[in-house]
Amino acid sequence: MPFAHVDYIDFDSLLTDDEKLVRRTARQFVEAEVIPIIEKHNREGSFPRHLVPKLAELGFFGASLKGYGCAGMSNVEYGLVMQELERGDSGLRSFVSVQSALVMYPIYAYGNDAQKDQWLPKLQKGEAIGCFGLTEPQFGSNPGGMLTRATRKGDRYILNGEKMWITSGSIADVAVIWAKTEDGVIRGFLVEKGTPGFKAWDVHGKWSLRASVTSGLAMTDCEIPAANLLPGVEGLKGPLGCLTQARYGIGWGATGAAMACYDAALQYAKQRKQFAGKPIASHQLVQEKLAWMITEISKAQLLAWQVGRLKDAGKADFSKVSMLKMNNVWMALECARKSRDILGANGIVDDYCVMRHMMNLESVYTYEGTHDIHKLIIGDKITGIPAYA
Amino acid sequence: MNIVVCVKQVPAKDAPLAIPEGAAWIRETDIGFELNEPDGYALEEALRLKEKHGGEVVAVSMGPERSKQAIKEALAKGAERGVHISDDKFYELDPLGSARCLAAAIKREKFDLVLTGLQSDDHGFGQTGVLLAELLGLPHATIIMQIDAADGRLKLKRELEAGWFQWVELPLPAVLSIQSGINKPRYATLKGIMAAKKKEIATLTRAELGVTVSPTQRIERIYVPKKTKKTEILTGTAKEAAAKLVEKLKHEARVL
Repeated sequence: MPFAHVDYIDFDSLLTDDEKLVRRTARQFVEAEVIPIIEKHNREGSFPRHLVPKLAELGFFGASLKGYGCAGMSNVEYGLVMQELERGDSGLRSFVSVQSALVMYPIYAYGNDAQKDQWLPKLQKGEAIGCFGLTEPQFGSNPGGMLTRATRKGDRYILNGEKMWITSGSIADVAVIWAKTEDGVIRGFLVEKGTPGFKAWDVHGKWSLRASVTSGLAMTDCEIPAANLLPGVEGLKGPLGCLTQARYGIGWGATGAAMACYDAALQYAKQRKQFAGKPIASHQLVQEKLAWMITEISKAQLLAWQVGRLKDAGKADFSKVSMLKMNNVWMALECARKSRDILGANGIVDDYCVMRHMMNLESVYTYEGTHDIHKLIIGDKITGIPAYA
Repeated sequence: MNIVVCVKQVPAKDAPLAIPEGAAWIRETDIGFELNEPDGYALEEALRLKEKHGGEVVAVSMGPERSKQAIKEALAKGAERGVHISDDKFYELDPLGSARCLAAAIKREKFDLVLTGLQSDDHGFGQTGVLLAELLGLPHATIIMQIDAADGRLKLKRELEAGWFQWVELPLPAVLSIQSGINKPRYATLKGIMAAKKKEIATLTRAELGVTVSPTQRIERIYVPKKTKKTEILTGTAKEAAAKLVEKLKHEARVL
């Protein structure tokens, strides 16, 4: 049975015609191009790279940016695209998130005209792929402690350091690398593929996000032109500003993964018969799980929608996005686990999407600010006392 | 080549349908709607003909306010303009009434070709295109699988039954009902959706069109077919039972 639209509370009445049209495009694309191939890619651990030109043509890269061939979508429209893509697969959504929010956005927001002209049209068309290097082997939740250094030498910068858990790292044509300059200030640099001293390798043995590329990056006396420095931002607020964009998309995306799991569980429960030939959907304990899921999905939709509207009005600071990311990813992971339970043994095989989503969501729960770190961001916001240190 | 394409908005394929007691139509308040899939093929064909021969594509739809969404989808995919025949009682119309309204609106346009889908996914009458051609006084062909246009004439491939096709020729202007599957409809790109915001949708009412219609047919009742199971035991010896089974397969099931 194909995926059936999930909307318990007439959420659609909150959306404009254009927003529904954007969702329809993304859903049709996922149904036709992603669902038929995704289990194979997940099983093989391969990124469906052939989808990149199609994603570009539909306008999914940098969809909420203006100019440079970008569509100039509202935040809710962008969010709905993320929801539909992650209904397909979190790895695919991650790829689009990184390209849009972590590569195109910093060039757009912090870059100079030459950098924007050089990279944004290519990234929008999918002719170039980007990656974002912030996390390091020793510094995850505390990126401010990063060890990567950029030393000025005439009209060059020399980068040294290591980045880890980098989506699209080994396939990227350009990497946005965050490094500390000699004065200890974090700055962003554009490092092109093939630059001597820059190496990328893939992380193997992942049981999550198997349809996306995850890499490590190493820079050893990696010399880049000083013109590759992103001039528009200094300090941790640079990378964190990008992460706010990406986390916003994740909040919507996770809702899509939850919808996929819920739909699979609901369809299965209505059709699977046990005890006196009755569908398991007639059992109270199964209904409890389904009711829990649709309630949490509905709440998550409303949270995503409200943060999107606030973002469009320029009123969504990072602490609101933290609540969205934290709640919706947790909710999605719980839905995946409950759905796996409802599907019984069938839940562990890739005839169904549920286990794949569950394994993917374990990454999503941790990346872009762990679940717990987002709690601390909210805690800081409401008490005024930062508890990170 | 100026092309009018008729698009209808129908309940979404995955909408949970509810039929109120004794009602002649489904409850529409809590379901989603989408572009009628067969009309999507007609739209795609119209866009391809325009891209090849120039001109414009005008999407015409009839129905309540929400049906503008079908026009917007057409505009997002590349149609130039939309015409919305605003009608809250659209569902009371039979195919002849629908065709009369559409014909009145289309007569106001300068067009070379009118395309419709083969049928709608909700009512499924499959008559509106044929009636529209009759009312416009134009030649018409159905179940179109290929359109070759040259020198003011159309060479058309029609799908017949049992794997047979037929080639026919028509002069322009003409009305065609497009077979589903003739092409692979494009997606509405995000840029297309943004561009569509600036495109014009003209609104007309039945009164403005001067069309009065009295239904020639009406729906009495709709219902979900009841699933029934009937088992018949064929008696007699194995030979007799086999002979009866062959009879039944020949004359009742008609599979032999």
